[in-house]
Amino acid sequence: MPPLGEVIRNSQIWKSIFRHPMPTDRRNRIVVMLTNFFLHLHPVSVKKQGIALSFTWCMGGVTFFLFLVETITGVLLMFYYRPTIEWAYNDILALRDVMSLGIMREIHRWGAHAMVITVWLHMYRVFLTGSYKPPREFNWVVGVILLLLTLLLSFTGYLLPWDQLAIWAITVGSNMARATPFLGHEGPGAAILTVGGIDMITDASDARFGLLGARFVGEETLNRFYVLHCIALPLAAALLLAIHFWRVRKDGGISAAM
Amino acid sequence: MHVNEAEFLQGISGFLGSYYVTLAVLNGIAALYVWERLEKSRLALVWLALAVFFLALSPLAFSGDSRMMGIISVPGSIRNLVNVVMGIPWAYSTGTLVFLSLLYFFRKFFVKPVVAWSGLNAALLLMGLSITNPSFATIVTKPDNVPIVGLVFLLGFFTWLGANKAVTNDQRMKQGLEPTEKMNSEKILVWPDLVYTELICMIALTALLLVWGILLQAPLEEPASSVKTPNPSKAPWYFLGLQEMLVYYDPWMAGVVLPSLIIFGLMAIPFIDFNKQGNGYYTIEQRKFAYLTFQFGFLVLWVTLIVLGTFLRGPNWNFFGPYEIWDPHKVEALNNIDLSEYFWVIGLERALPSAPAGAGAIEQIGYIILRELPGILLLAGYLLVMPPLMAMTVFRKFFFRMGFLRFMLLANLLLFMMLLPIKMVLRWTVNLKYIIHIDEYFLNF
Repeated sequence: MPPLGEVIRNSQIWKSIFRHPMPTDRRNRIVVMLTNFFLHLHPVSVKKQGIALSFTWCMGGVTFFLFLVETITGVLLMFYYRPTIEWAYNDILALRDVMSLGIMREIHRWGAHAMVITVWLHMYRVFLTGSYKPPREFNWVVGVILLLLTLLLSFTGYLLPWDQLAIWAITVGSNMARATPFLGHEGPGAAILTVGGIDMITDASDARFGLLGARFVGEETLNRFYVLHCIALPLAAALLLAIHFWRVRKDGGISAAM
Repeated sequence: MHVNEAEFLQGISGFLGSYYVTLAVLNGIAALYVWERLEKSRLALVWLALAVFFLALSPLAFSGDSRMMGIISVPGSIRNLVNVVMGIPWAYSTGTLVFLSLLYFFRKFFVKPVVAWSGLNAALLLMGLSITNPSFATIVTKPDNVPIVGLVFLLGFFTWLGANKAVTNDQRMKQGLEPTEKMNSEKILVWPDLVYTELICMIALTALLLVWGILLQAPLEEPASSVKTPNPSKAPWYFLGLQEMLVYYDPWMAGVVLPSLIIFGLMAIPFIDFNKQGNGYYTIEQRKFAYLTFQFGFLVLWVTLIVLGTFLRGPNWNFFGPYEIWDPHKVEALNNIDLSEYFWVIGLERALPSAPAGAGAIEQIGYIILRELPGILLLAGYLLVMPPLMAMTVFRKFFFRMGFLRFMLLANLLLFMMLLPIKMVLRWTVNLKYIIHIDEYFLNF
């Protein structure tokens, strides 16, 4: 009887998934990159120097990996956590004290911190190697938006445990919005926006209200930030990530000396 | 905040002991590497001696005994000195700027691996000697602050790595050679070389996150209460640079305008930077202006302000030295003076112009503008006169090569970036509060 591995690799099921032999020779190492959905993000070959660790620092890839970690642990946490004032804090408490796999929260939080840092390091490397220069200008712009999304993802997630740390950090952060020029009720220029003596911009209609869904950080804010954190921002980030990776390929592959 | 000293020392003894053992192991590995690979036996002995030194510190730390811990602590007199010196308002920001400038000017010296490794050891030893201080330990080991300690060391390492490669390339290019990155244009297949690297990275990171998650519990404080305001109330750490700007500017500037300009300015970088050199390899010499501007914005204005906001800002956003107890009753005199007051009251020795009672809205606005005229003129002058002045003097070459629009974009972004350090210096030197102070319309600048 032939070895088990060979039996598996010759089975109809295996062959229906992988349409070519194992990537052990040059031809199949090329084919695998072209026929595998997950691998086709990569080119078939790269400049050796371009993937040297001391050159790329690997931080873009690490950031993407952390995004995936955050997605997976986040989905698992969503099964358990309820974004209401009655339950939010208790659910986190239970995750810490009684839930098996409550460590998902630790991984999610530390992964989030790490992701902010790795995004910065990635941009730092791109700057230091001048990799934003033509033809990659636009991809740098996409990257800056992704930086913003990363910070917003982290910021919205900060509120969800609904403890003192959470609401006061969000209060401090969102207080800025009420000073937005023209659009915040304590911002310069807001006083001009009146119609027939009635203020258009009040504490119940300004930028901060739009962010919080209320005059202060409360139930509405928790819901709003939850939806932003779990749906709106990840979708936006996923779309921009796709564009970012696609443009890496279209703009001449991963950065290397020109 | 009042922790029993002995209990505190017992509490950290395990961590600190293992910390020194880790440092000993690291230096042991370094010694081995230098001995085996570089065949520098004398240098290997130095690192070996350092390893033995750290190993000798570890039992003192493990003991948790206050007398033993006293030996491996920063002496009280030095701690007080550091607190006092850093308490001078300009000391921290100026100090970090001077420190980074020194690193930059003597980069050829600092990029040597020996120097960097010594520096790292010194920094880690200082951390170890400091952490026996309860105030220092409370702040540094706060779970959400741990990433920032990591960030500081990571940034140190990667700045060093980038500078190291840049210095090598610059020296090569001076001799007419190409940068190291161009030497090897060999192409390799992504399977197996890249995908395996990625796999190893993923496994290592998963392990790191698991260990981090097991060792350090995610913070969870008391349930949220909208009536109990913690003091200090801090934004998430990555926004603390912005929160620190609130000391100098009102929220509409520090929280809205300047952050928007940071994002916009970052996006504009590729369209401002017309320098075709330095694409795809590390270099400093070939793009000095871009390099220095970015480092000033990132390291000096962004990162050091985050470190300041996280570790050195306590109750009431007062400044506290690294070894100082966060006393909520610490009083700091706030005698800041507006520019309008400097001009009218102190300069011309007369009262601030104010509208007479019963004046109409237009008249009131007129008086406000008159009152703030010095500041308005100053700001208008700064934003209108500086760009042409820059174009005619220091940035003359830039102006001709960039064209009008591009140059105006660069000039204005630079001017807005410099608003922060300018206001800082004005605050430190002449206690300036606002350049333009129009409370009536929330327009304070």
